[in-house]
Amino acid sequence: MNFLLEIGTEEIPHWMIPGALAQLSKLDLLGAAPEVDATPRRLVVWASDVPDRTPDREEIVKGPPVSAGEKAAAGFAKKQGANPGDMAPVGGYYELRKRIAGRSAVEILGESLPAAILGIQWPKTMYWTGGKTGPRFIRPIRWIVALLGDQVIPFEIAGVKSGNTTRGHRELGSASIPIAIENYEPELRKNFAILSSEERRRKIESEASVLGAKIDPDLLETLTFITEYPTAIRGDFDSAYLELPAEVLTTVMRHHQKYFAVESSPGVLAPHFIAVMNTKGDPEGLVKKGNERVLRARFNDAHFFWDTDQRKKLADRVEDLAHVTFQAKLGSYKEKTERVLALVKELGGNEHAQQAAMLCKTDLTTEMVKEFTDLQGIVGGLYAKAQGEAEPVWRAVYEHYKPTSMEGSIPSTHEGRIVSLADKLDTLRGCFSVGLAPTGSKDPFALRRAAQGVVKILVEARLDYSLDRLASGDLRDFLIERIQHYFREIRGFQYDEVNAVLAAGVTTLADIEDRLTALAAIRPTDNFEPLAASCKRIRNILKQAEFQPNGAAVKAELLEAGPERDLADRLAGFVREGESDYSKRLVKIAAFRPQVDLFFDKVLVNAKDAKVRTNRLTLLSNLLTEFSTIADFSEIVTSGDQK
Amino acid sequence: MDYFQDTVFKLKRYWADRGAIIQEPYDVEVGAGTMCPETYLRVLGPKPYRVAYVQPSRRPADGRYGENPNRLYKHQQLQVILKPSPDDVLDQYLGSLEAIGIDLLKHDIKFEEDNWEAPTLGAWGIGWQVMLDGMEITQFTYFQQCGGMDLDLVPAEITYGLERIVAFLQGVESVYDIQWAPGFKYSDVRLADEVEFSKYNFELANVDRLWRLLGEHEAECKELLKAKAPLPAYDQVLKCSHLFNLLDARGAISVTERVGVIKRVRDLAVGTARVWMEQQEAARQEAA
Repeated sequence: MNFLLEIGTEEIPHWMIPGALAQLSKLDLLGAAPEVDATPRRLVVWASDVPDRTPDREEIVKGPPVSAGEKAAAGFAKKQGANPGDMAPVGGYYELRKRIAGRSAVEILGESLPAAILGIQWPKTMYWTGGKTGPRFIRPIRWIVALLGDQVIPFEIAGVKSGNTTRGHRELGSASIPIAIENYEPELRKNFAILSSEERRRKIESEASVLGAKIDPDLLETLTFITEYPTAIRGDFDSAYLELPAEVLTTVMRHHQKYFAVESSPGVLAPHFIAVMNTKGDPEGLVKKGNERVLRARFNDAHFFWDTDQRKKLADRVEDLAHVTFQAKLGSYKEKTERVLALVKELGGNEHAQQAAMLCKTDLTTEMVKEFTDLQGIVGGLYAKAQGEAEPVWRAVYEHYKPTSMEGSIPSTHEGRIVSLADKLDTLRGCFSVGLAPTGSKDPFALRRAAQGVVKILVEARLDYSLDRLASGDLRDFLIERIQHYFREIRGFQYDEVNAVLAAGVTTLADIEDRLTALAAIRPTDNFEPLAASCKRIRNILKQAEFQPNGAAVKAELLEAGPERDLADRLAGFVREGESDYSKRLVKIAAFRPQVDLFFDKVLVNAKDAKVRTNRLTLLSNLLTEFSTIADFSEIVTSGDQK
Repeated sequence: MDYFQDTVFKLKRYWADRGAIIQEPYDVEVGAGTMCPETYLRVLGPKPYRVAYVQPSRRPADGRYGENPNRLYKHQQLQVILKPSPDDVLDQYLGSLEAIGIDLLKHDIKFEEDNWEAPTLGAWGIGWQVMLDGMEITQFTYFQQCGGMDLDLVPAEITYGLERIVAFLQGVESVYDIQWAPGFKYSDVRLADEVEFSKYNFELANVDRLWRLLGEHEAECKELLKAKAPLPAYDQVLKCSHLFNLLDARGAISVTERVGVIKRVRDLAVGTARVWMEQQEAARQEAA
């Protein structure tokens, strides 16, 4: 049978809707596969082929022994709610064949749906009725449609009874629309609610594109989930505002007004914007006029901020940072600036980098950043440029928050990279030192992102600072975690490769990257995994023998001719030749495989003669040491491993 | 065209028709209509309540000497509290927009997530900013906690930004061009206020004296709380809160002091809410 559930709510925050739908797509519908979609005011689940009832079944309940007599059997039957005649002796016991009737799907769903609906996990919930013990949901539930075929699945949540009446668009639709499953979507459409988020997305994209919008995918997604009936319109602004930096104009349009920007040519803004309404049209142009008015006020503000801010140069604002809190326990941004500057010097930053470090936080005292916080750094860079700072300085300030995401790019100049690195490291060191390290999912200071930025800059700019120079203790462990994450998730290396390389030594990140690249290249070759398995074996042998390498050389006179001597000679040759290129070195190591195999085949490590045994363990230990400079192969998961 | 005062009359009439008491503004300085006892204290406890009032709200740091067309040191909020919130509260709210002449079929209305929080009051709620043709005209909040306490009946709080709405209705670019009443513009009524108070807030206020006053009002509040007099105590909380805002506008609160001062005000506010609740509870038991 066809099934339809519509949870009618007040407007749900757009960014939470996809998560809720993912959960609803796992709704238990007696085996039928749920399909889901939503608008800001309705979460909808539908399915076909929901069975109308579960099948009848029989259950056998073991009763008293036959020896207890018929009276006992009758008593048992009565207790089970059955007739004495249903009891039959089987193998010395009475058995009751209990027939359990299947239940109707309407009944089952009527029981299960309320808990399933209220069980949706949201980032933040509220209560609205029945005090704090009342039901919690993302926003108040105002109506519920629940149908199986043409039958209402009866239940109640927060005083709202399920039924077969939906509501249309707030202004354009009817507030009470009786529906059947078959005409649900068409009825909604007639009432100006487009259920399909995909259709709304396409409608916005095509209308906005026709009007000249530069489509921003994140904004498109937002608009898809804050509208039930999206319609794009184009508005204009005075081209005099184009004097303001494009970054400022775009931020105002994009973040504050949710408008798409329009470009006259790539990278050049045109004096227009595209707004997406939640209604069918703007025949009198009132919506256009209203939006233009708001934007004008916003741009005027920005203009006013720009002019006001220029009255005091960034260089004269460093002192003012004493009044801006960085973090209660870590003091003001002035103190942070001093620390970042010291760190930039320590990292060998040049004069331009030092000047940028000095200025990079001063835009926090500007009116522009107080209003448009997303533009911190960028505004500082633009002001520094306007105030005649050298290009490496203003660019470093402009980009010092980069990278802002895992995918984002790192600062484009060396100066910018040093300042960004120092800024993030200072935040991490500071927070870790006062006990503000992230715990579980809680990371109020976005330290994971900061650490990710540190890792990205160190690797991608191939900066020559070893990790141990930059961090110690818990922070070092935290950065190691981010390094693992980065190489696995962003760069696609296998987790055991990353572990193997880190186990062989934590150096500079560029070096770690080189070793990883070489390791991943050699890994698919024939000799590699068997050799890795042998390394694991060697490690176990050394461990079992409790062998402590004392730096002694292998004693040639104790070597047995054949595989043992061959292996020792080969190792000596390998050490003598040396090889610093990681790929070549790994190729040479992999080529040891036949000798190693033969050694294990023919030579008994655990020799009776203690001197010979120690010599053999020394040989293996030296071998492992030589092999492990790039990666600890015993970390490599091979086909012989469990799991 | 409706004058500023006509729009106020219409909104008051609209909510009066829906059972709200029409209160007058509270006579102690507040930063928002929420801080008036008619909201802060009335939302606590199990008694239903409905009230609407205009509240001039002072935010010293927002002053712009009357030079910015949209920013004011003191703006007027029309505050509505519906406790408990009726099921059709959003429809009622939209009806109020129709009542002041906004034809919803010709405009674009969106409800965008905006959760409200006031740390100094131990209060927060869930809700939206209501956008009319891209302009925020109302803050709508379902209160969840106040004075650090969960609420028995969840109230809806509707806060209209009157200057913005009327500037929109009258189609003027600057709030100062709003026609307040026949022959009087907003600037005639309020510009001098903005200029002089901006000067006071940013330049003239005597920082040492403000600090002393903060201490005095705090002491008064504590004594009143001991005497179980929550309503007079709450006036002292509001005085402290306003003094904090003034000191902040003067740039007189250092980084280290800031958190501490916020906590001092919050402790007073939460303490007052507790005493008020105890008093209500006692009265209820006596009645029962």
